[in-house]
Amino acid sequence: MAHAAHGSNYLNAEKGLWSWLTSLDHKRIGILYFISVMSFFLLGGIAALLLRGELFAYNAVDALGKTTGQLLPSADAYNQILTYHGAIMVFMVIIPGIPAILGNIFLPLQIGAKDVAFPKLNLASWYCLMAGASLAMFTMFSTKVDTGWTFYTPYSIKSGTAVTTMVLAAFITGMSSILTGLNFIVTVHKLRCPGMTMWRMPLFVWALYSTAIIQVLATPILAITLLLLAMERTFGVGIFDPKLGGDPVLFQHFFWFYSHPAVYIMILPAMGVISELITTFSKKTIFGYTAIAYSSLGIAAVSFFVWGHHMFVSGQSEFAGIVFSFLTMLVGVPTAIKMFNWVATMYKGSIEFASPMLFALGFLFLFAIGGVTGIMLAVIPVDVHFHDTYFVVAHFHYVMVGGTLMAIMGGFYYWFPKMFGKMYSEFWARMSWVFIFVGFNVTFFPQFILGAMGMPRRYFNYIPAYEPLNRISTMGSWLIAIGFLMALYTIINGLISGAKAPKNPWGSKTLEWEADSPPSVHNFDHEPVVTAGPYEYK
Amino acid sequence: MINGVPVQEHYRDASHQFASAKEGIWLFMATEILMFGGLFVGYLIFHMKYPEMFAEGAQFLDWRLGFINTLVLIFSSLTMALGIYFCQINQPKKAVGALAVTILCGAIFMVIKYFEYTHKFHMGIFPGRMLDLEMLNHHLHEMGKPAIVSTNLGMYFGFYFCMSGLHGIHVILGMCMISWCLYRCMRGDFNPNYYTAVEGVGIFWHIIDLVWIFLFPLLYLVG
Ligand SMILES: [Cu+2]
Repeated sequence: MAHAAHGSNYLNAEKGLWSWLTSLDHKRIGILYFISVMSFFLLGGIAALLLRGELFAYNAVDALGKTTGQLLPSADAYNQILTYHGAIMVFMVIIPGIPAILGNIFLPLQIGAKDVAFPKLNLASWYCLMAGASLAMFTMFSTKVDTGWTFYTPYSIKSGTAVTTMVLAAFITGMSSILTGLNFIVTVHKLRCPGMTMWRMPLFVWALYSTAIIQVLATPILAITLLLLAMERTFGVGIFDPKLGGDPVLFQHFFWFYSHPAVYIMILPAMGVISELITTFSKKTIFGYTAIAYSSLGIAAVSFFVWGHHMFVSGQSEFAGIVFSFLTMLVGVPTAIKMFNWVATMYKGSIEFASPMLFALGFLFLFAIGGVTGIMLAVIPVDVHFHDTYFVVAHFHYVMVGGTLMAIMGGFYYWFPKMFGKMYSEFWARMSWVFIFVGFNVTFFPQFILGAMGMPRRYFNYIPAYEPLNRISTMGSWLIAIGFLMALYTIINGLISGAKAPKNPWGSKTLEWEADSPPSVHNFDHEPVVTAGPYEYK
Repeated sequence: MINGVPVQEHYRDASHQFASAKEGIWLFMATEILMFGGLFVGYLIFHMKYPEMFAEGAQFLDWRLGFINTLVLIFSSLTMALGIYFCQINQPKKAVGALAVTILCGAIFMVIKYFEYTHKFHMGIFPGRMLDLEMLNHHLHEMGKPAIVSTNLGMYFGFYFCMSGLHGIHVILGMCMISWCLYRCMRGDFNPNYYTAVEGVGIFWHIIDLVWIFLFPLLYLVG
């Protein structure tokens, strides 16, 4: 093959939109994912702002019969926007987020491979996501859906809205997730460069590998569940329909058998990113490499046996409840192993508070709160009280946003120089962190209190007693929005006028930093040969 | 191209590429099995709950047709394996023949399924709520048979149509993919060092046959 001209890299090797849409280069496909996922994030974020806007004020009807404090046209509109926010953020942002963007670009680089195992399949999975997303967008904007992202039966069967097409859209995005996972597993098994043994793989790769296993094993169950729901709506097959002796709770079992592991599809890659950030910015070998790697696999394994904790009040047997409660608490063990290892890594390290590290520290702080409240919710009597309240909303936002989104941002700032060969403005990156971190806590911490006070989730309105905390929460959402706008500015500004990035601006030890910034089409000039572990700081 | 094998540049050699492709296909088949697994779990749960209803439903399936279809698919698995074997020993003409017979078997299977389905529709048997009990009882009355006892017979046929329908879709997909292999085989793409596509489609076809071997007793012979 002809060697590319000097200065040529994966971004400028070929030109034109068509070359991007047909590219088989894992880095370019990662960029495609980046653009699309960030667009979905913008939409989901606008939906969130609308929801919070509606909840800003208590809706009262005054003496003249006029409603005050209402932002959205109707309660139905609120239900729809709630569904869109959930479905977009879960299926199109957080699930593909880290694996499909950062994983696609850096998994092959970190193991010294030229590409993923199946480049065509990789591009196909992007098209799957786009097809699913287009169908979902079409459904949202041409008709409406109001079931929430969980599509619970029996309402999802009875709802007169376009549940079927929405469900098919989720099915197709699921295909995308399966294909990405499959690709990553084979890549890790088969394409490691000489010397890159499994136990020398960076922890980000271990996390992606564990995630990929869950993607491949859990997503098919979602697929069949959604298909059955679609069948139920079109032909009334009766499996979820009590009139025919079917069981609506079976839907919940099926749904959470996927969707609980899916929570780890969302958080495990984030934990991988955090491992990279903490060790790099502490300039210290990671503490407990093996323990962190095994705990990823441990979380992946346990995740399949805890789904019943979503159903403590759905009428499952007491015994099942106790077992699920116990197994759920068990997840705390591998998670805590990671937390302690990260803290131990920082101990006596020379910590540099660069913006990626700030996001990593933010992750530790927020994820600790999200994790501990998760254990609280695993306690059945507590859950019976908190079930379907804002406490649960706050809990999973601390995990999903405080965890995953912080890691996406941190990872993105960390690898930005490698991806684009440019540096961004550190000042604006830090400012975006301040606003996102503070805004996040202002938004979601009051929701713990609201939940403890009994405020139910998914409601359009509330009693006046909940108003003050809801106001604070909504104002927090504005801070988050400002933070993300700053991040967007930082990125665009960096792309346009950033200084040229060196090969290894942070002094990291993993392989991707040995490639050029940005990498050439074939990643490395010569196939790398690995002789040591990934984080050997002296 | 290395020894007549199109090796992509991120692989060391043909066998490296072949092993990777095969692992990918097996992983994909795991997802297929898990997807059907969801249906099997649902079937087991409701079969435990309503054994009589399942037995009553199964009597409307003709086990002889199901059995013929089972034989047809098992035979097609053999011809599929032969197709791979002939590629391996560099006899593409024979491989084309074997693949053609496999496609033909798939077609026979689908034709028999078509007659089974239309017969049921004719009797008023549809999945779930759409089952026309009145029409079905009327037909039973004409045949001098007792009327339906179960109140939720529709659920059995919900399972029947979902499971055999999803399986049928896979058979059709398999036939398309085998046709693609057949076309490539005629074009002379395959040789003893390179037959990944046939091997992969073969694995798919065997798994789909295997699913049917479980479906047949569960749907036809139950009760
Ligand atoms: Cu869960």
